[in-house]
Amino acid sequence: MLELKQVSKLFFPGTPDEKIALMNIDLVLQPGDFVTVIGSNGAGKSTLMNVISGVMTPDAGEVRIDGDIVHQLPEYRRSRWVGRVFQDPMAGTAPNMTIEENLAMAYSRGKFRGLGFGVTRARRALFQEQLTKLGLGLENRPRAKVGQLSGGERQALSLLMATFTKPQILLLDEHTAALDPARAESITRLTESIVREMKLTTLMVTHNMEQAIRLGNRLIMMDKGRIILDVNEQKKKDLTVEQLLREFEQISGHKMADDRVVFG
Amino acid sequence: MLNAIIGSVELGLLYAIMALGVYITYRILDFPDLTVDGSFVTGGAIAAVMITGGYSPWLAGVAAFAGGLAAGFCTGLLHTKGKINGLLSGILMMIALYSINLRIMGKPNLSLRGFDVPFFDISSDWVRIGLIAAGVILIKLMLDGFLRTDLGLALRATGDNARMIRSFGSHTDTTKIVGVGLSNGLVALSGALITQYQNFADISSGIGMIVIGLASVIIGEALLGARTVFWATLAAVVGAVVYRIVVALALRADWFEASDLKVITAAIVILALVIPSAQRSWRQKQLAKRRTAQLSERTPQQPEGGGKHA
Repeated sequence: MLELKQVSKLFFPGTPDEKIALMNIDLVLQPGDFVTVIGSNGAGKSTLMNVISGVMTPDAGEVRIDGDIVHQLPEYRRSRWVGRVFQDPMAGTAPNMTIEENLAMAYSRGKFRGLGFGVTRARRALFQEQLTKLGLGLENRPRAKVGQLSGGERQALSLLMATFTKPQILLLDEHTAALDPARAESITRLTESIVREMKLTTLMVTHNMEQAIRLGNRLIMMDKGRIILDVNEQKKKDLTVEQLLREFEQISGHKMADDRVVFG
Repeated sequence: MLNAIIGSVELGLLYAIMALGVYITYRILDFPDLTVDGSFVTGGAIAAVMITGGYSPWLAGVAAFAGGLAAGFCTGLLHTKGKINGLLSGILMMIALYSINLRIMGKPNLSLRGFDVPFFDISSDWVRIGLIAAGVILIKLMLDGFLRTDLGLALRATGDNARMIRSFGSHTDTTKIVGVGLSNGLVALSGALITQYQNFADISSGIGMIVIGLASVIIGEALLGARTVFWATLAAVVGAVVYRIVVALALRADWFEASDLKVITAAIVILALVIPSAQRSWRQKQLAKRRTAQLSERTPQQPEGGGKHA
């Protein structure tokens, strides 16, 4: 499904600020895998997402989705396969456009955009049905501008927009980090149910250690641009936050340095 | 007096097409496009040359639109592929178009006197203005329709949240080029119609056109608001007409001369830009003060004497 082979990325190469963002990453996701990613600041988690979604091209290595080599393709051409939710609730939606217009743009993901109307009657019925699933009452105001929604509502809408066309790969980049705890929890539950129901192959970066253990069927830990730990479903079941932190310190030789980390 | 107003309504409706073009770049793409000063003349020049060459004025209008489209594509390419700052891309095309327009016309002035411009020969003011209004509304509605298509939504999202629409597979370079092209096509069409209305094309008729376009869009929004695309484009049309009426009235005042027109226009735009933002920040401050007062009444007062809780 998703395959990264020896992927590397440097920031500011050849300058005094040179930094290894990713070094020789090998990662294979099977269809339906839900992998959580944790790591300290600057571990390369976001770069990993950017290299998969096409925001960045790797300096070396290969990215394959469904067998197609994609790492040279720009972001807008990879969107055919990749759905993404960003950390910033403002990033995933267009604030001055209506809810149904936003959904219409998501509906045309990766397709040719021509002169057919974006919101047709058939699509509107589909959008209604999808919005109802969120349970936020958004289906009652499809013509409200997205800018009027709260951060939590926008993030729920972003999640819906990223997933309802069933992308091959779903990337979640700390998508609950900017929300208050109650809203973050409801978005997390929503994420879990959508991913399970649609059997989406998912890669989720999180700062919440407890969440990383609870969600998904596999956990990877990154440090300094490398994957230092890969926990499978069996072992993950019995893992605790303390064990995970201890494991991190043993392998990396330093403490988990992250001002935002949530231990559970 | 009435005649002056009727004349400015007619002229305003013709300039409204230009204002719709400016609305696309300025409001939708958030890109103040100075190409307009050149492409307006390009439209007029193409129309004048074709009509004096014996072609139909309708065909001249279509050709003018195509000319503006091409000019806009160039600006869009400079900005996106050439990675040149948006304002500078527009300035470069504006300067280049000055020479190109002279080439098209062959001389700085081209008169249409003695050639047929059937539409503008209709002698009844009301019939003529009615037909022009119907045509402008038709163009407005077509633009509204376009902005609701899949491509149109992508164009709007490019100005609203480019990162988001890229993640959904739209190439924002392409949508920008399409938007700037379409905008200048409309501006050139407006230039072609103004040329037919005035019976001549003039190389310097585009100076300050972008500011007039901005003034129209801003005045219209102040009067009608811009809640939806429908209202925003209607506002641009109404704004263009109101601008012409304001100018006509201003010029009737004894202390203004015709040459003061540009400074009046600039003043209108400056006031229209400064007043709303000053108002907004004043209201915001008042609201914050009021809410703070409300909240502080509700929360218990701090104990006196610094930390003597017991």
